[in-house]
Amino acid sequence: MEKVLEVKDLHVTFTTYGGEVQAVRGVSFDLFKGETLAIVGESGCGKSVTSQSIMRLIPSPPGRIADGAVLFKGKDLTKLKESEMRDIRGADISMIFQDPMTALNPTITIGEQIIEGIMQHETISRQDARKKALEMLNLVGIPNPSERLKHYPHQFSGGMRQRIVIAMALVCEPEVLIADEPTTALDVTIQAQILDLFKDIQKKTGVSIIIITHDLGVVAQVADRIAVMYAGKIVEAGERREIFYNPQHPYTKGLLNSVPRLDLDGADLVPIGGSPPDLFAPPAGCPFAARCGYAMEVCDRVYPYKTHLSRDHHVDCWLQDERAQKMLAGVK
Amino acid sequence: MTGYIIKRLIAMVVTLWFIITLTFFLMHSIPGSPFNEERNTSEAVQRNLEKFYHLDEPLYVQYGMYLKSVATFDFGPSIKKSSQTVNEMLGRGFPVSFELGIVTLIVAVFSGIALGIIAALRHNGFIDYLAMTIAVLGISVPNFVLATLLIQQLAVNLAILPVATWSSPKHMILPTLALATGPMAIIARLTRSSMLEVLTQDYIKTAKAKGLSPVKIVFKHALRNALLPVVTVLGSLAASILTGTFVIEKIFAIPGMGKYFVESINTRDYPVIMGTTVFYSSILIIMLFLVDIAYGVLDPRIKLHKKEAS
Repeated sequence: MEKVLEVKDLHVTFTTYGGEVQAVRGVSFDLFKGETLAIVGESGCGKSVTSQSIMRLIPSPPGRIADGAVLFKGKDLTKLKESEMRDIRGADISMIFQDPMTALNPTITIGEQIIEGIMQHETISRQDARKKALEMLNLVGIPNPSERLKHYPHQFSGGMRQRIVIAMALVCEPEVLIADEPTTALDVTIQAQILDLFKDIQKKTGVSIIIITHDLGVVAQVADRIAVMYAGKIVEAGERREIFYNPQHPYTKGLLNSVPRLDLDGADLVPIGGSPPDLFAPPAGCPFAARCGYAMEVCDRVYPYKTHLSRDHHVDCWLQDERAQKMLAGVK
Repeated sequence: MTGYIIKRLIAMVVTLWFIITLTFFLMHSIPGSPFNEERNTSEAVQRNLEKFYHLDEPLYVQYGMYLKSVATFDFGPSIKKSSQTVNEMLGRGFPVSFELGIVTLIVAVFSGIALGIIAALRHNGFIDYLAMTIAVLGISVPNFVLATLLIQQLAVNLAILPVATWSSPKHMILPTLALATGPMAIIARLTRSSMLEVLTQDYIKTAKAKGLSPVKIVFKHALRNALLPVVTVLGSLAASILTGTFVIEKIFAIPGMGKYFVESINTRDYPVIMGTTVFYSSILIIMLFLVDIAYGVLDPRIKLHKKEAS
């Protein structure tokens, strides 16, 4: 499969009055053509910062890409000039934000908001741009698009607005679409429709999607691969089935256990106790050690190395070390 | 839309009637009369004068007569300057005040908005602090202090601009500067704070993610949304600037409307007090009406007429 995007050892820090917050601490992943990668994790784990760093949209200052590379078609995006980066935004890599109620400018018609994106990146007449916008609105399922182009965002419902946001993001046929919690602000039925729309559009255009979410239900519906983030690191990643049926990291297991299930009648939810570490001074060892039921002495002191369980599935956990495995076997 | 305008016009007339009534009775409740001066006038003369201006009639009769004359846009004769009518005074003073006011407004609005935008874009940078220092100075230094300083430096010491009067564009520079600084500072601070708020909005992030240039983001996406609070203050600001300012007009010897406001109150010149008040109120009410129209233009979510929502 063709690699579209490659994130290598990305470090992002924020300078605040309290000191440096290390929001992303060495994240690496690949994105292949036509696939959907889900980045999951709880609030503050760095998943949004990771996605915004790819597009270089983190507010700077205070934010800064301290180290690492983001390779898109061989170009390192972190090294590009701001004007070169602008040519990539919206044209090659697009982004969808969480809340469709606020993501559209309330004082500009949605037609103009879509058309301006096209005119920014393509040498095209206004009429043709308008035609393109119409096609796109049709594709995302807005009824009566030629009339709707003249309307303002407040004249649309939340689900319709998210469709418009998606149309806006896809109108220049980008190769990568980053969707940051695209369904969190929507109710469940609309959520399902939007996720179907993602799959549908991916089939038609072959766009690669990174979906950022904390909702494992969303992940189960759309993701091909999953990366689990915790405290600024990817602690486990693999194919969807592997993560759901054979999770290895205690944090991943904890996440899956804390999802409400219809099939286990009356079973209590199992929350993960404690809270994530302070990223002003991240722990030297595994950041999850303090909350982990399996923590060993080594976990507090040294960050675990990456263990590959299969071609795709890898996990950062000391339990994978053969000494720990031996010990576990002994206990049984 | 026409329905809305008609409704507003009726409301404006009612408001004006309230203002006239209040001012009229307040004015007459203050003890004394236009003819109570140190100068000794004989009883007979005084009575004749009062009769001429209908001041001997009961108050409600005077009130009725006044309403009638205002309805025909006749503000009556001045008591103190007996050869002039209030209409003549306004007709002479207002164009001058209006000229000064318009130039001042243009300067204040454009420089204020520009300063506010620059400050917001360089938030917490040197330029931001500089702009806000200028703004705080502009608000806190009274315009008569600024006016005298300007005259002393630019007109007296450097002698590059005329000291006073109102006859050529060159004469307009100093009074405009002195008068515009305060409003400019207010507009700059407002623009900055509302711009800062707008720049953190999600739709600005969306615009950035589309790859738009900073210029487009600021002027097309941010400014329009940031201008609403500015437009709000602009209405009353414009009314007070356009109808003349006593101090600045006095300092620069500009024959505007400002002096009539103050002098008429000091001399109990009843028709002039009423005339200037009604005139100022009308301008203010019209400005506020224009502001409401401007809201609808700036922000499509604000509908002036009901219906037509989807």
